[in-house]
Amino acid sequence: MKHMQTIQKPCIKAGKNTACGECQASCQSACKTSCTVANQKCAKEEK
Amino acid sequence: MIHSFKFQQHNVLLDVESGAIHELDDAAFAVVQAIERGNDPFSAGVAEETVREVLADIEELKESGAYASETPVAPEIAGGSAIKSMCLHVAHDCNLRCRYCFAATGDFHGALMLMPFAVGKRALDFLMERSGSRKHLEVDLFGGEPLMNWDVCKQLVAYGRELEKQYDKEIHFTITTNCVALDDEKIDFINREMHNVVISLDGRKEIHDALRPTVNGKGSFDIILANAKKLVAGRGEKEYYIRGTFTRENLDFLEDVKALTDYGFQQISIEPVVLAEDSPYSLLPEHLERIDREYDALAAHYIESRKSSDTWFNFFHFMFDPDGGPCLRKRINGCGAGTEYVAVTPDGDIYPCHQFVGMEDWKLGSLDGPELRSDIQASFLGCNVCTKDTCKDCWAKYYCSGGCMANAVLYGGALDHPHEISCHLMRKRIECAVGIYLSER
Repeated sequence: MKHMQTIQKPCIKAGKNTACGECQASCQSACKTSCTVANQKCAKEEK
Repeated sequence: MIHSFKFQQHNVLLDVESGAIHELDDAAFAVVQAIERGNDPFSAGVAEETVREVLADIEELKESGAYASETPVAPEIAGGSAIKSMCLHVAHDCNLRCRYCFAATGDFHGALMLMPFAVGKRALDFLMERSGSRKHLEVDLFGGEPLMNWDVCKQLVAYGRELEKQYDKEIHFTITTNCVALDDEKIDFINREMHNVVISLDGRKEIHDALRPTVNGKGSFDIILANAKKLVAGRGEKEYYIRGTFTRENLDFLEDVKALTDYGFQQISIEPVVLAEDSPYSLLPEHLERIDREYDALAAHYIESRKSSDTWFNFFHFMFDPDGGPCLRKRINGCGAGTEYVAVTPDGDIYPCHQFVGMEDWKLGSLDGPELRSDIQASFLGCNVCTKDTCKDCWAKYYCSGGCMANAVLYGGALDHPHEISCHLMRKRIECAVGIYLSER
């Protein structure tokens, strides 16, 4: 490609090994008022 | 869906449905912006041959699923929905009188009350029984101010440790505190038992004292700073956040972030206040341009500071790790209020989250009652970024996950109508976070 550089390949995980439900509830981490998930870790990745 | 934006010298393109990120030269950025706005790419002011090259690049990205990709389908959560996270309101009372407090300075518009151990014990039993196959559970000791019911906090942690063995689960206890009532014994206990500590401190002394006075109207900054420093010094590698709030009184909140780092803190979360428009502290549409500039300035300061270990710090809303981030189901479901996450009051009432406490129409039930209200739970289950009109076409949906549902009800008018000012700020922070990620690569 001449004009575009891919920095991050597709990364939203939607396969059969996802949705384990073990990750932290987002509101419990720091904010308690706003919901953000982009800054959360996948519980499996963290291990 | 795509979203393109500028961050400092970077021209950034997000492919929303796949999470792919591309950096563009100026010509490609002009062409992509034209396409995004529904205009003819050949009208973007770029040489025709260059436009053709950019269009060829786009075709290449499309073939690899990294441009305007299809909406993926998320699997349902393994084992079905279960309650895994609990906000325990151990004290509906507080030793501060914060002017922007969502909890009516601690009593949540009800009676001042401390949670008896028996109620907390039943709440933890309830969590165990309702958590299904989930191994990892979270319990936040919350208030009001939880240190005002310290003995019960300790008893509940001890009981939780028994339950972990009995049920083969792990409880991450956390505490959200203003630190006023801390002493050495509490610090030792917190640093031993709490997975995370959220410390309320707003930044500069004059800002903090103006908005977070004690019950007798004096400033709380000096005692909180001294106690917070002591607490954080003893945490080692364990998590903590200094959690401040900014209002229209300190739209220059970068100065508060700088103050917090000058005090020696490295884990910082400064949140925009969310209040009714007629509050003297609320953020209004006319403040947004100023706040956007402040986030840009904070981002620039952040990038510079993180180049040296002496000045390095972490800002909660700028954390972004595309490879290690959550799966699609998590991004769609969001905070889990009312389904995965509940709040329990000192007298055992159960609400979808701490922000709903006191809103009787949203009360899910009671620890004494047989079942939670399935109609309310169904409302939350059916409300996500794929179903909300205002979210499904928003480029930020998989980063934000739909925003705070309590704020939607209180200030957006309905569960499925997010608070627009919060949406704007969320989008701005995400652009900064992605831009910072590019800058730090």
